[in-house]
Amino acid sequence: MPEIMYREALNQALAEEMERDRRVFLIGEEVGKYQGAFKVSQGLLDRFGSARVVDAPISELGFTGLGIGAAMIGLRPVVEMMTWNFAILAMDQIVNNAAKLRHMSGGQLRCPIVFRGPGGAGGRLSSQHSQALESNYTYFPGLKVIAPATPADAKGMLKSAIRDENPVVMFEGERLYAVKGEVPEGEHLVPLGKADVKREGKDVTLITWSRMYYFCEQAAQELEKEGISAEILDLRTLRPLDEEAIVASVKKTNRAVVVEEGWPHSGVGAQVVDLIQSRAFDWLDAPVLRVTGLDVNMSYAANLENATQPDAEKIKAAAKKVLYVEKQ
Amino acid sequence: MVASSSLPKEKLLSMYRRMVLIRRFEERAGQQYGLGKIAGFCHLYIGQEAVAVGANEAMRPDDYMIAAYREHGHALARGADPGMVMAELFGRTGGYSKGKGGSMHIFDVEHHFYGGYGIVGGQIPLATGMAFASRYRNEGRVTVCFFGEAAANQGSFHESLNMASKWKLPVIYVCENNRYGMGTAIVRTAAVAEIYKRSAGYAMRGEQADGMDALKMHDAIADCLEHCRAGKGPVLLEARTYRFRGHSMADPATYRTKTEVEEERKNDPIPRLRDHIVGGKLAEDGELDAIDAEVKATCEQAVKFADASPEPSVEELWRDTTVAEGEEDVRPRQRVLGAQVSWPEWPGPGDFDVRWEIEPKEPTAQDEKAQLASRAEERNKQGNGRATTPV
Repeated sequence: MPEIMYREALNQALAEEMERDRRVFLIGEEVGKYQGAFKVSQGLLDRFGSARVVDAPISELGFTGLGIGAAMIGLRPVVEMMTWNFAILAMDQIVNNAAKLRHMSGGQLRCPIVFRGPGGAGGRLSSQHSQALESNYTYFPGLKVIAPATPADAKGMLKSAIRDENPVVMFEGERLYAVKGEVPEGEHLVPLGKADVKREGKDVTLITWSRMYYFCEQAAQELEKEGISAEILDLRTLRPLDEEAIVASVKKTNRAVVVEEGWPHSGVGAQVVDLIQSRAFDWLDAPVLRVTGLDVNMSYAANLENATQPDAEKIKAAAKKVLYVEKQ
Repeated sequence: MVASSSLPKEKLLSMYRRMVLIRRFEERAGQQYGLGKIAGFCHLYIGQEAVAVGANEAMRPDDYMIAAYREHGHALARGADPGMVMAELFGRTGGYSKGKGGSMHIFDVEHHFYGGYGIVGGQIPLATGMAFASRYRNEGRVTVCFFGEAAANQGSFHESLNMASKWKLPVIYVCENNRYGMGTAIVRTAAVAEIYKRSAGYAMRGEQADGMDALKMHDAIADCLEHCRAGKGPVLLEARTYRFRGHSMADPATYRTKTEVEEERKNDPIPRLRDHIVGGKLAEDGELDAIDAEVKATCEQAVKFADASPEPSVEELWRDTTVAEGEEDVRPRQRVLGAQVSWPEWPGPGDFDVRWEIEPKEPTAQDEKAQLASRAEERNKQGNGRATTPV
């Protein structure tokens, strides 16, 4: 299986879906001639032309709404957000139109559209450009929210999202685009709404998604050396949550740590913890802990930026705490 | 273009019928609101009927129409069933959206009426996208988008006009300027209160029309439709109009003087059209009186229908949030009345070609290389004696 970068996996997904379905078009800032701010759309303009790879003005609300309007009469737009920070300007369209069209019309209209772009810390970009905003979108009925960690999942989930009949919000990662991994060639679909056990373990479950998966993996490898077997459950889809997978893993390990890049308050992790306490309380041997970004805005200074984010050390410490293991 | 002066009698009577229908329907809605049968926000269209009806008569049935939250009139103009619109206002299962949307969210997709939006200006980008889809699939359909003058101060308006003009999208932005955004006069909030002038900033056609005259509205829209279908891009059409009632049923409209409202009522679009028809000897008063009576009965029946329609079942809560795989769209008149309806069918994955290029392809480096090489070959053939260096 070829090993390719996350951005190349997304590019494959887009190209394949555009090839098989003329209703699919890509619109966003710098997606065409510039070949994508993060090179996800490299080569697509040449291949599909300027009506299907549309360089939009810097009007996030406008082109997002344009995509929704096209989706409600039968096209399948992919709206690229240069980053999710900028998409806050488009949130009204996503929340008040895309998420509610089916409802407001009493089932007459549907809105098959994908909003995608990078979220999370950018790397020395300070507070406006470094935010994990996925929990905002998981709040709304009517939306699906996905955040794949690996190139294979990125490809398979984007393809599924494009074929889905609902609006899908996809969080990629600025710092994931260059990550390499094995990706199946051609048709490769990963279903939405299904979590994935990325690492089997028996002592504690690390529940995570997107870039934090890699820190969990590092933590799990280090814990293994200390004789602790950690399971990693990559949620991949944040709405709808794969409740069964979460409950099954917690019932197996009896301990859980939820790891997310974003802020603790009202984060997705809070929802996961609620699910565990309500459905797996009797199986728990320790309170569920969360490792999150610190409850402060992101700084530019390298040391402050690092200290703000979760890392393997923090995850390991939390895992040991739920195992009541003394710090070595 | 078919100018209103040459419109056949049937068309004029149809316009008259629909305007009276909207007027009587809205009066009944106001009354039912007072009785507590309708709740929430309820924005009446009384006074503005000529805008939607004039526009609709010029449009093709398969053109796209979309509006804001003062939209009962647009839906009725398009051909929606009055009883089902009233049932939606009542929050009953017989409504177009099963009672889930209410007054602000009337959708009648069968008649290409796409809603019904409660965030000021939020539907303007949607209209832009519908026009984009029309151009993308080369359909020749035009989108007609209605919004109030206060929406023209939203970013959604400006962002949409810019894209629509740049990409020459077939869309008519109809600004229904009734002079008040809720209780605030537009002159108090807009640096340029003549909204059509804003088209200049986007190099697109912009003009005003008399929104109190259905025939003038018809002609203005017919002309704009022709412009759009010829591929000349969008139009911003400002319809000067006036609402005779408050912003919503909750608004006593104390911010307007009695004299102002009385003056405006003299421009009532319904007597105006009636005078045109009768004065032009196209129909007798009796014929129009018969329409009045028929419409009155229709509205009476609409209220009865709504009242008799049950509340939606609580299980309905769990439908229409997301679409399950294989789930079909709901066809309201079929669901409620058992009617056979023709439903819009969108072309599938390979059912059309995308021939549109937003920007002409620029020559690639390879193209340029090939061009230079062929020129060099040309020169060699001409035997000019100079050596050419392959590029």
